Order: sequence, then C-alpha cells, then structure tokens
Amino acid sequence: MKIGLKKKDWVLIIIIVCVAGLTVLVHTFIGGKGANRVVVKIEGAIQDTYSLSEEGDYEINGGTNILQIRNGKASMVEADCPDQLCVHQKPVSLNRESIICLPNKVVVEVETGTSREFDAVTQ
Amino acid sequence: MRGRVAYFGVFTALALIFSYIETLIPLQFGIPGVKLGLANLVIVLALYKMGTGEAYLLSVVRVLLTGFLFGNYFSIIYSLAGGLLSLSVMALLRKNGGFSVMGVSLAGGVFHNIGQLIVAMLVVETFSVIYYVPVLLIAGMLTGLLIGIVSNEMLKRLVNISM
Ligand SMILES: [Zn+2]
Repeated sequence: MKIGLKKKDWVLIIIIVCVAGLTVLVHTFIGGKGANRVVVKIEGAIQDTYSLSEEGDYEINGGTNILQIRNGKASMVEADCPDQLCVHQKPVSLNRESIICLPNKVVVEVETGTSREFDAVTQ
Repeated sequence: MRGRVAYFGVFTALALIFSYIETLIPLQFGIPGVKLGLANLVIVLALYKMGTGEAYLLSVVRVLLTGFLFGNYFSIIYSLAGGLLSLSVMALLRKNGGFSVMGVSLAGGVFHNIGQLIVAMLVVETFSVIYYVPVLLIAGMLTGLLIGIVSNEMLKRLVNISM
C-alpha cells in the first residue's frame, strides 16, 4: 500500500517506536516479580498499605473507591467517579503497576517492600 | 471573510460531531482520557486549509463545547492539555517542512497522549503513570497515522476550495 510517507515521517516513526521499546525495557528492569504490597495514595500522600497476599475488600478515600485484593492481584471494583476508567482497568500485580482514579485523585500502586519495611507496616 | 466564518462554523460543527461519536464508541485503553482522537481529523484539515491561528481557535472552541456538552471539568483540562500540545507540535512540523500530512498527524496523535499523561501525572502526583508510556506512544502513533491518511485524501479533494 502506497500512502505517501516521506523520509522524515519514517524517521519520526522509528524514533517513536524506539522510545516505546526503551521504556518497556526500563519497566522490565525496575518492574517484574517480587512485588508484595499495594500502596494507596491520595493526592500523592500515602494513605494505606495492604499486603498482596491477604485477600480483602478495602474502602479507600472515605469510601469513594473500593479496592479488592484477590489471588495476589489488586483491582478497583467500585468507584463513584464519572468516568469509571479505574474500574475498567485490569488488575495489577507487578512492581510499579498502578491503577489511577483521576477524578478522585486516587492512585493504587504495587510495590516491592523489603521484609523489614513490610513488617513495620503490618505491625 | 464571510466564507471563512462559514467554513469555521462547519469545521466546529464537524469537530463536535466527531467528539460526540467518540463518546459513543466504548473503546477504552484503560488510561484516563485516552481516546481515538477523531476530532483531530478536523483540526488537521483546519491547520492545512485555514492556518495555524484558526486551528488553535477551533481546538479551544471544540474542547470547551465538548466539555460542557458531554464531559466535565476534568475532561476539559485533559482535552485542552492534549489538544494544545498536539496542535503546537503539528504546526511546528508543518512549518519545518519535509513531513507529509501523515507524519504531522501521527506526531499530533503521540503528543496528544503525552499532554494528557503530563496532566495526569500532575493531578495524582505520581510518576507511576510512566508505565503507560509505551501504550500511549504506539496508540497515539497508529491513530494519528490513520487520521493522517484520511486527512490526506480529503485534502487532495479539497485542493480547489480556498478558505
Ligand atoms: Zn475512577
């Protein structure tokens, strides 16, 4: 198919694909397995921390959102936001993955806590 | 002058229709504010047929009207950030030369998503949204390219109409 792309267009496409590939690489380095907890942040401030290995439903932000942890994965099961994007997002379980509810300014982020750090939180 | 105003009105109406159609398509990337960007088709046409100033005006009018009609206060901010960044990059590439309509449009698609990502990052005050970057880049590129191809065909047919 001839769509009339010019040389500079191709350069642009290659740059975009390279940047995308590079960020994937970076994620595989900082991300991956070993994540064991979920941090709930509201407007950037940490509100709660939950273990990924403990199943449960948690009200966050005073009940505007409900976080569910099942089978080592966290998902947003309920929210009162107008767009409902957070509820449609797939469950997260890998390090640095997150679910964001923009209207409510809620972020649920998967993290790797060192065991000592983690004990301090659960105690 | 009267012709220009009339064309501007038609473009605005088209942009609104496209924005409305987009709210009906349940295409979700699972990322706040990321859409197909159908209305960008009209913005690209305006940029090439009417000029940079008109394209900016159209972009702002479209975002405000769409926001009031089908969206909310949040959607206005995201759309505005995405739309203005996207248009600025497109105007720059077009002026710079050497890029086809497709190239300009795909850059627009990419920066549309980047603009929204930046706002998302500021609102929730976290860098974890960076996780979405690869998807956003590729999605923006593909939708932008698609819109570029359509725009290019339309511009060929509109070549004799001056606005
Ligand atoms: Zn939400």
